[in-house]
Amino acid sequence: MSDFPWLTVLAVVPLVGAAAVAALPSGRDLLAKQVALVVSLVPLGMTVAIALDFDKNSSSAFQFTETYQWIPQFGVSYALGVDGIALVLIALATVLTPVCILASWHEVEVGRRSVKGYVALLLLLETFMIGVFAATDVFLFYVLFEGMLVPMYFIIGSYGGPQRSYAAVKFLLYSLAGGLLMLAAVIGLYVVSDGGPQAFLFHNLVGLHMGTDTERLLFIGFFVAFAIKAPLWPVHTWLPDAAAESPPSGAVLLVGVMDKVGTFGMIRFCLPLFPDASKWAAPVVITLAVIGVIYGALLAIGQTDLKRLIAYTSISHFGFIVLGIFAMTTQAQSGSTLYMVNHGFSTAALFLIAGFLISRRGSRLISDFGGVQRVAPILAGTFLVAGLSSLALPGLSTFVSEFLVLVGTFTRYEAAAVIATLGIILASVYILLMYQRTMTGEPNEHTAKLADLNTREVWVVAPLIAVIIALGFYPKPLLDVINPAVARTMHQVGVTDPKPLTPAVGTPVGGTAK
Amino acid sequence: MSPHSVAAVHQATTFHTPSIEYSKLLPILIVLGAALVGVLVEAFMGRAWRHQAQLGIALIGLVGAFVSVVSLAGDNLVAAEGSVAVDGPALFLQGTILLLAIPGVLVTAERSLDTGGPFAPAGSSLPGSQHERLLTATGVTQTEVFPLLMFAVGGMLLFPAANDLLTMFVALEVLSLPLYLLCGLARRRRLLSQEASLKYFLLGSFSSAFFLYGVALLYGYAGTVRLSGIADAVSANTGDETLLVIGTGLVAVGLLFKIGAVPFHSWTPDVYQGAPTPITGLMAACTKVAAFGALLRFFYVGVGGMVWEWQPVLWVVAILTMLVGSVVALTQTDVKRMLAYSSIAHAGFVLVGLVATDSVTSDGEVLGVSSVLFYLLAYGFSTIGAFAVVTVVRDSAGEATHLSQWAGLARRSPLTAVVFTFFLAAFAGIPLTSGFTAKFAVFRAAWTADAGWLVVIGVVASAIAVFFYFRVVVLMFFSAPAPDGPTVAVPSPLTTLTIALSAGVTLLLGVWPSQVLELAGNASQFIR
Repeated sequence: MSDFPWLTVLAVVPLVGAAAVAALPSGRDLLAKQVALVVSLVPLGMTVAIALDFDKNSSSAFQFTETYQWIPQFGVSYALGVDGIALVLIALATVLTPVCILASWHEVEVGRRSVKGYVALLLLLETFMIGVFAATDVFLFYVLFEGMLVPMYFIIGSYGGPQRSYAAVKFLLYSLAGGLLMLAAVIGLYVVSDGGPQAFLFHNLVGLHMGTDTERLLFIGFFVAFAIKAPLWPVHTWLPDAAAESPPSGAVLLVGVMDKVGTFGMIRFCLPLFPDASKWAAPVVITLAVIGVIYGALLAIGQTDLKRLIAYTSISHFGFIVLGIFAMTTQAQSGSTLYMVNHGFSTAALFLIAGFLISRRGSRLISDFGGVQRVAPILAGTFLVAGLSSLALPGLSTFVSEFLVLVGTFTRYEAAAVIATLGIILASVYILLMYQRTMTGEPNEHTAKLADLNTREVWVVAPLIAVIIALGFYPKPLLDVINPAVARTMHQVGVTDPKPLTPAVGTPVGGTAK
Repeated sequence: MSPHSVAAVHQATTFHTPSIEYSKLLPILIVLGAALVGVLVEAFMGRAWRHQAQLGIALIGLVGAFVSVVSLAGDNLVAAEGSVAVDGPALFLQGTILLLAIPGVLVTAERSLDTGGPFAPAGSSLPGSQHERLLTATGVTQTEVFPLLMFAVGGMLLFPAANDLLTMFVALEVLSLPLYLLCGLARRRRLLSQEASLKYFLLGSFSSAFFLYGVALLYGYAGTVRLSGIADAVSANTGDETLLVIGTGLVAVGLLFKIGAVPFHSWTPDVYQGAPTPITGLMAACTKVAAFGALLRFFYVGVGGMVWEWQPVLWVVAILTMLVGSVVALTQTDVKRMLAYSSIAHAGFVLVGLVATDSVTSDGEVLGVSSVLFYLLAYGFSTIGAFAVVTVVRDSAGEATHLSQWAGLARRSPLTAVVFTFFLAAFAGIPLTSGFTAKFAVFRAAWTADAGWLVVIGVVASAIAVFFYFRVVVLMFFSAPAPDGPTVAVPSPLTTLTIALSAGVTLLLGVWPSQVLELAGNASQFIR
């Protein structure tokens, strides 16, 4: 590992790309898209390099660290670093961004809105996404967490569907309300910290001694922000609007990556910084998560709008992720982290293929479709694979993570795990019903003329399907990276797995405890 | 010499001339000197060159004064027989006022947007009269605004440095009287402007009277108007406490009026809307800085000893100011009125920092003071910039201030819309803007002083405020432009420079604020 500031460069490349694209003369839309696509491949390549160089057995919490003083008066540093959890999520962001740029090739109506503005916003968003996962300073994390809203707000508001303005404002207000509560908690955290110019560094905040009430209040401040972001029931109501009105590639980055910042924040900040409060709140959070699993699935079944349906499936899946995090067992947390990645890919595939379908037909209503598999078999087939992954079919990636979450939860919260398992059944209902209504049967007069995926679109979908299948059969490389980080989090929280029923279950995987 | 004063001289054991440390008062003297030169120019110079000359004199005066403030940095003394303090907060705020006044003057001198500039050619001409039409037709430019402005700035420089209540009162009047006049001088919508001027003058006079009455009562209590003397009397606990409490309250009313705190805010929207926009920007930025400086000094130095009596009152005022400003701004349809309520809300946020008296760090920094200093600087630049943007969005009737006219501005002029959005983001406290750093600073001060609940209320008010700021963003970016909507006029380099400078400072203080924070931290101690 060299001193080269990998993570900074990783985050800055898309930023420079965004500036370059924005500076292109207007009218050169194709050039803008090409430049953006090429630029977005650079972070992808760098992520591969970082992943290859990443030491799974390292004893230090973070690798590729960079620490510089930023605002010493506030105890703020510019500090980056990745552990396994952050690494896989950064990889998720850097894989999905080029895919989204390629997918959005014709998303922006020519002449109505600026194409270069759109791709520049996507690249800007990538900078924030990479930064937010790599930040190891709580203040820096907060800044990026909030800053991330701005590009997404304009993506939804400027390039979205008919209700875009309403959806964008709702998205912004929910997120900022949570974010401002978190700001109060961030300041409170500073006040109870040891102070000094590096007060906000993550490792200086772990293991602080604070009063029970203070810890609980601060926990709530952080948790509510993350819960809104994730989104957890009952603060999820912004997501269906935002995801449905957003252009498909924006929806992918919103649901696939940005919302993961919420669950990532829970596992990275809520648990280690406020361990006692986390344990105190776990029963409530688990209840909310289980409600979210069932509620999201039930509402998904009832949707008539394709994109809203996918958004509600995500609410159900985020319920699983939160459930796994707060079950506080090694398996459940590893499963949750893996779930974040898998959900990102399967939702991306669903949103993008649905986006292709919608743009062909000009309608988001499920009832307007039917018989698509006759006329567009590739489109239908890939949609089915993505859907099956979403309902956790064994052999596809989500199954592994959902199984881990449920098994890990069962060892501590049996009832919650049992109820949440119902979510899998409901998932088959909403996915298969959706597939049946849109793809099977006789094509109607509009769908009969639908074209199948073209080469560009196949290139968009193929990597996603490949990843879904590969991780379904062989998730070990990811789990190997994730497990040490999870074990460290568990150690910081001070919980151990429930008494093992078989020797293999309770052993911390990775064995990093000193 | 009257017999009375002769007796006074005889009573004194030795007569000595007051020693005035002129070099320490240089910033104030330079600005007032420039104002006087401006008056002479107005009297003796031909009309053709007056505008350039006035602008030059004003800028030289402001820059010279700023240089002398910088050269005084680190001084800590009481000058002019105890009536003027030259200490950290005073110098920091004087520097801030001067830095803000420079772009303020640049916008004031703008003549490309409206023939003859933003001011009525002659304040004395009746609106709609033959005389006015004649003057407008000849394209006469109003240049008396420059000396008036400089007198106001001179008063503002003295206000936060005043170390006794009479000097404070004189400074208050010196800064207020020219502003009353300037508010009434708008070229367009003159009746509205004159109404604003009258309202400001009447309410301002009332508040001055309150202030003066309070000073009298405090004199009755302590036997002196000097802040240190009042502080001594408070700590010695002699005298009639009723006088002290009522006097403090009345002085506070006068000062809170100037910062536009609820419930003394009702003048703000009308005056901000009616006044010529460059003056509105200057008032919103500089007057607020000066008045907060006086408020800080009065409460920290003068009556700091009875903090438990006034702190709860200011808590209530701060909460009311934040909430009323944010909530009422939601319903505004005029961009200047909206910015006025926003400025009220921001006064509330600054008060959150001000009431955090118990926030001294281990190295002696008073967070309550340093956070207020930083906030004022950050907010001042965003405000000047935002009002400068308002001046360039125009239709045939002048500035298009109705919000509906701003719909779709991003299509017509993306850059203007982006810059205005950036200022709004700073007001809303979005990270990577100065507004976020500033809010963080005051909230941290409050939390350090064990007022975490105040932080939570502040955060709620911020969330409300976000809604009305981003309502404008929605209008500009996501709405279709009205067919006969306003255009963005191309201003002269004066306004462009102001907007660029303000945006630059707003970004700088958001991304790399540590130098300025350190400066504010070092300047956070009052001389007693």
